[in-house]
Amino acid sequence: MLTETKIFCGCPTAFGAEPNTQTCPVCIGMPGVLPVLNRRALEFAIRTGLATNCAISTYSRFARKNYFYPDLPKGYQISQYELPICEHGWVDIASEEGGHKRVGITRIHMEEDAGKNIHEEKGPYSLVDFNRTGVPLMEIVSEPDIRTPAEAVEYMKKLRTILRYLGVCDGNMEQGSLRCDANVSVREAGSAGMGVKVEVKNINSFKFVERALAYEIKRQVKTLEEGGALVQETRLFDTQAGVTQSMRTKEEAHDYRYFPDPDLVPLVVDEKWIEEIRASLPELPDIKFKRFVKDYGLPEQDAAMLTEERAMADWFEEAVKAGATPKAASNWMMGELLRLLNKKNLSIEKSPIDPKQLVDILKEIENGTINRTQAKEVFEEMFNREFHRIYDTSGRIEVTLPAPKVAMTARQIIKEKGLVQISDAGELEKTVDEVLSASPDEVNRFKGGEEKLMGFFVGQVMKITRGKANPKLVNELLGKKLST
Amino acid sequence: MKIDDKLVEHIARLARLSLTGDERTAMVSDLSNILGYIEKLDELDTRDVEPTSHVVGITNVMRDDRPRPSISADEALLNAPDRADNFYRVPKIIE
Ligand SMILES: [Zn+2]
Repeated sequence: MLTETKIFCGCPTAFGAEPNTQTCPVCIGMPGVLPVLNRRALEFAIRTGLATNCAISTYSRFARKNYFYPDLPKGYQISQYELPICEHGWVDIASEEGGHKRVGITRIHMEEDAGKNIHEEKGPYSLVDFNRTGVPLMEIVSEPDIRTPAEAVEYMKKLRTILRYLGVCDGNMEQGSLRCDANVSVREAGSAGMGVKVEVKNINSFKFVERALAYEIKRQVKTLEEGGALVQETRLFDTQAGVTQSMRTKEEAHDYRYFPDPDLVPLVVDEKWIEEIRASLPELPDIKFKRFVKDYGLPEQDAAMLTEERAMADWFEEAVKAGATPKAASNWMMGELLRLLNKKNLSIEKSPIDPKQLVDILKEIENGTINRTQAKEVFEEMFNREFHRIYDTSGRIEVTLPAPKVAMTARQIIKEKGLVQISDAGELEKTVDEVLSASPDEVNRFKGGEEKLMGFFVGQVMKITRGKANPKLVNELLGKKLST
Repeated sequence: MKIDDKLVEHIARLARLSLTGDERTAMVSDLSNILGYIEKLDELDTRDVEPTSHVVGITNVMRDDRPRPSISADEALLNAPDRADNFYRVPKIIE
């Protein structure tokens, strides 16, 4: 969870600090200390529960889960067992056959994270860092509704989108802020019930979710087809080899002996607080998606991409508010903007160009100053110069003109680069005549019915004018000349 | 509940304790006595009694999400049996 402090003490949760500099007697399990719940962790869990259609428990409590492992300094993990904070929810995912599929959520509970073990390559030791110990986690347990590895990925992505919309988790799988343990079982087609389940751990990217599950399904099917039996066990995904491997665990390892934690008093969540949190929820991705399709007339694919990230959706709506037509804003964002952002490895929040600047460029297309090809050039130049202005003054990046001191306008770049399109009919007519007289064969074939040659003539005019011709005018002139 | 050698051995293993034969025998008898004493409670009719998980009648003790200073790595590691740089050093964990 994106809290500033740990779940039961005031130590910071920032990722990447020097080892063992973010601990205190509470989170390293010194005798006599008293854990006190972080109110925001509870609020985040409730937010998540409401956003995933769960019932919020008005009475809830923490339990101790007992096991020994060097990254768990107390010898138990504080978690929830009976009476978790949220139960009986669902999320909808895009189904492979089109439409939606509902995945049930059994429960969401709060718990504390464990520390991090580093295994020395050589030598008989492991090293332990307790900075992560006590960082608040939510465990979201789904119902056995997922049927394919692709659905599992869809489900993970959907959860990640919701969690990021809510601001309760950054969803970063590489840094471990979103993790996944998958229970996998197979059964004969048409049979009821579930087969023996195997828990697959260490799946730390969307790519690995799909790969690990596909491998595990194949392994189970093969074992059964060869007459073997499956055992309920935990397997680790080996990212290098692309296989799952059995974790040898002692037989009593699963005897967690949960019991209510006597150090933490029960939680009684009243309706009033639940309603306050519900009222503070942002517009959620499914609703935003529907609104984008309905209100902006966007194709579903565009709406899906734009609403995957809240910041992306906000950028889009600002552009529309500033005067862009929805489909044009969507096209430019999915095309040029994302391409340039990816090139610089920037998120949409860090975009050097703001929505108003895109609209500024679109207006220059509309009023005929530049054509679409030129607009792309203006866009890239503006992007690079703004990037240079905002992020980098060392002059390392390539821009054709110097970094501006204040935000750029499209007009400035058009002027400085001499990009104004040729809309002078007299001037263009000369070029058109030139092209037609140089290609008598094509002219004859066009007149004989080969109408797709129009593209060839337009291309020739563009080539001679180095992309500056007003394409609408060129089309008109060519149409007129060729019909006589 | 019947306490025997096997159960005592299991509980000892979960608690990471190793017992001698004599200690185990003593535990079987001690634990049996304790449980026998507690089993007296089974005579009570508790059908309408809510299970108690906490004896002080308070709920919702929480703190704000405001950072407080942590202790230094050196301080944290004072009680560590072994360290390497700023890490706790433990016997190799085999998974
Ligand atoms: Zn702490």
